[in-house]
Amino acid sequence: MATAVITPERENYLNREYGIKSWLLTTDHKRIALLYLMSITFFFFIGGFFALLIRLELLTPAGDLVQADTYNKLFTMHGQVMIFFFLIPSIPAVLGNFLVPLMVGAKDLAFPRINLLSWYLYIIAGIMMLHCIVTGGVDTGWTFYTPFSTAFSNTKVIEAGLSIFIAGFSSILTGLNFVVTIHRMRAPGMTWSRLPLFIWAHYATSIIQLLGTPVLAVTLVLVVFERVFHLGIFDPTRGGDPLLFQHLFWFYSHPAVYIMILPAMGVVAEIVPCFSRKRIFGYKAIALSSIAIAVFGFLVWAHHMFVAGISLYSALVFSALSYLVAVPSAIKVFNWTATMYKGSITFSTPMLYAFGFIGLFTMGGLTGLFLAALGLNVHVTDTYFVIAHFHYIMVGGAVMGYLGGMHFWWPKISGRLYPEWLGKFAALIVFLGFNLTFFPQFILGYMGMPRRYWQYPPEFQVLNVLSTAGSTILAVGYVLPMVYFLWSMRYGKLADDNPWGAAGLEWQTASPPPTFNFDHEPEVTWEAYNYDQIPAPPEEVSVER
Amino acid sequence: MFDNLPLWPARASSGAGNVDALYIFLVLVAGFMCVAIFSLIVLFALRYRRQAGREAEQIEGSNALEITWSVVPLGIFMVIFAWGAVIYFQERTPPRGATEIYVVAKQWMWKLEHVEGQREINELHVPVGRDVEMIMTSQDVIHSFYVPAFRIKQDVLPGRYTTAWFRATKPGVYHLFCAEYCGSQHSGMIGQVVVMEPAQYEAWLSGGNTSGSLASNGQNIFQQLGCVTCHRADTQGRGPNLVGVFGKPVMLEDGRTVVADENYIRESILSPSAKVVKGFKPIMPVFQGLVSEEQLTELVAYVKSLSAPPGAAGTKVQESKVQ
Repeated sequence: MATAVITPERENYLNREYGIKSWLLTTDHKRIALLYLMSITFFFFIGGFFALLIRLELLTPAGDLVQADTYNKLFTMHGQVMIFFFLIPSIPAVLGNFLVPLMVGAKDLAFPRINLLSWYLYIIAGIMMLHCIVTGGVDTGWTFYTPFSTAFSNTKVIEAGLSIFIAGFSSILTGLNFVVTIHRMRAPGMTWSRLPLFIWAHYATSIIQLLGTPVLAVTLVLVVFERVFHLGIFDPTRGGDPLLFQHLFWFYSHPAVYIMILPAMGVVAEIVPCFSRKRIFGYKAIALSSIAIAVFGFLVWAHHMFVAGISLYSALVFSALSYLVAVPSAIKVFNWTATMYKGSITFSTPMLYAFGFIGLFTMGGLTGLFLAALGLNVHVTDTYFVIAHFHYIMVGGAVMGYLGGMHFWWPKISGRLYPEWLGKFAALIVFLGFNLTFFPQFILGYMGMPRRYWQYPPEFQVLNVLSTAGSTILAVGYVLPMVYFLWSMRYGKLADDNPWGAAGLEWQTASPPPTFNFDHEPEVTWEAYNYDQIPAPPEEVSVER
Repeated sequence: MFDNLPLWPARASSGAGNVDALYIFLVLVAGFMCVAIFSLIVLFALRYRRQAGREAEQIEGSNALEITWSVVPLGIFMVIFAWGAVIYFQERTPPRGATEIYVVAKQWMWKLEHVEGQREINELHVPVGRDVEMIMTSQDVIHSFYVPAFRIKQDVLPGRYTTAWFRATKPGVYHLFCAEYCGSQHSGMIGQVVVMEPAQYEAWLSGGNTSGSLASNGQNIFQQLGCVTCHRADTQGRGPNLVGVFGKPVMLEDGRTVVADENYIRESILSPSAKVVKGFKPIMPVFQGLVSEEQLTELVAYVKSLSAPPGAAGTKVQESKVQ
């Protein structure tokens, strides 16, 4: 570290301009990524606060901490905030925004102003959501099921619906920008087969965002129309069909699961080779599996509706297709594992998160097999089994991937190193807290505890107490990184251009990068993950105190 | 308190054991996969941790492995799929001659009616060993009828009938939950299923307060609303003769054929012009909003009783209905 390449004086995207205007009017994808980072972190803690209140309420069987209506609003807004204002933008809008141009060797995204517009749309949507929350909230569940949402709920359904409608456009614009950038802005020599798998994952994600989100937008508009103008679209007393809503809603919202998990898979595919010092095993298989997930993901939506009243034969088809979409996910897990074989493995913080991701995603995926099995689905759907399953995917998977990625690229983003031992400690806390919170919920679900229950029969209490205890540990694990990341921005050691000795164009420019990313347009003459050509960093860097 | 920590609910229906068997199989498969993957990761992490003097060995990948670990899981998945499908088929296909119970769900209460006329709220009495089919609808939002001990769950929708069935095997009192979020008191929309020995059940049945069987109540409504003036039991009526219609295919004016099930009868009462029987004019008035869910249930039960085989429950009225 004696030869730190970066000195604070060197011009980079952070110190090129100062002042609030230089941030609010920026078109630099890296600055927009940081704007997103601050915004989604804010919403993450709002959503997390709701989650803690939910867990506290469920500490005892009686509904005693909050009113039933308040509880219903808490789980609704927990879901809406976490999904639409944290998980969907999380990795794409922060890490993707920051890294896609760097990784393909471009100066910026294809449409820098549209990129800024997407953040403003997100902020408008976010302000509407906050306004909705503080002026009364919504109680429909994040799923907005009709006719409850259109004809019965007395809460702010319209405002929440329009807020998510606008957030959807922010997501569409991000996806659009990535697709065009990946197609048109790759540096010379950066062929499709040389793209990092992070890019492949974001490409697949963007396709879902582009094709799926408009359907959600249309659906929400129909809900608002039915609520305002009393049209008979979903409400059977006016000639509508409530199942139509579910079909339209899940046509987006199941692929949306892959919007959340695919980017995290992309992160893991970068971390594992780096800390194994190896080419990734099965590059093509992993790249194609991302595309396969995006395509098959559109064909399985009705597996959310096996007890909703769909016909027996359509249930059969959707069950079979759901098993098909599990195959590409399994392929990824096997390839990551195989990548470690005969590697030279170090246990830095990002790698610990990658381990956590693989473990928890595997469990989430395997319990998905339970839910796709028709006869078993009837018993466990709409119980805590489902809650546990999708939290293993979205919190155990997507959030672990997000945190792993934040630690991996933090030196690049901030130009600073975070305290490595604290990073490892936090990763461990998150892993333990997560399992204690959500594993008992699998058992609760099979015992028959329905989801969205404010009060519950006393025999479910023991497992609920365990879950609540876990959630407090998990909360500590999530606050820690925020604290030491902030700390490191001022006090952290200066980072090398490539502190991990990682492959990828983003590590060949300065940390933090200059405004236009590269001093000279890079020309790529090597395959992705060429770890045989990159010296491993000295041990003390990865064991940074 | 810890004796209350079972891994599954009571197993009290004929189908529960099948569901549990698949569950246990899946726990074993998933457990095996977890152990295999996690131990490989731990093994690699320890065996190949960074050591001075040893370099990573660069490996491209292996098509043989990719195919293996795509095809083998797919094969296992298809076994699970088929097994799950078989159970689902059983769950969704009520046996012939099952005793019918009509369920009307509303915010936040379960109303249950036996064909004999017994009415219950948030409580369902059934005998051991009898097939019971529930014909369910909702007065307002979507609810879901969930009895964990029977491993059955079925959403209950407004505007149509959905069905579920079970055969209780063990006397006892079991939870009845609403499993589809339905508003403020969703978690209060709970009740119990009381499974009784047949003799006790007969005693309970005869002891209760009935106001006539469902079908006979339906017959009264049929007369009060004037349905009987057109739907006569001969061929002279302005509407189709309803005797023997239920469960049979019906030719429609537009050339389609539909089976006259509960949903068809319901639709034909509420919006008669949706499916007009061949040879008749769309002259029947709309009853949407004029009959309650319970009245509708009774009307449906009455129309069904006109086609019931002799000796089946609800046939008592058949003899008296044709004038």
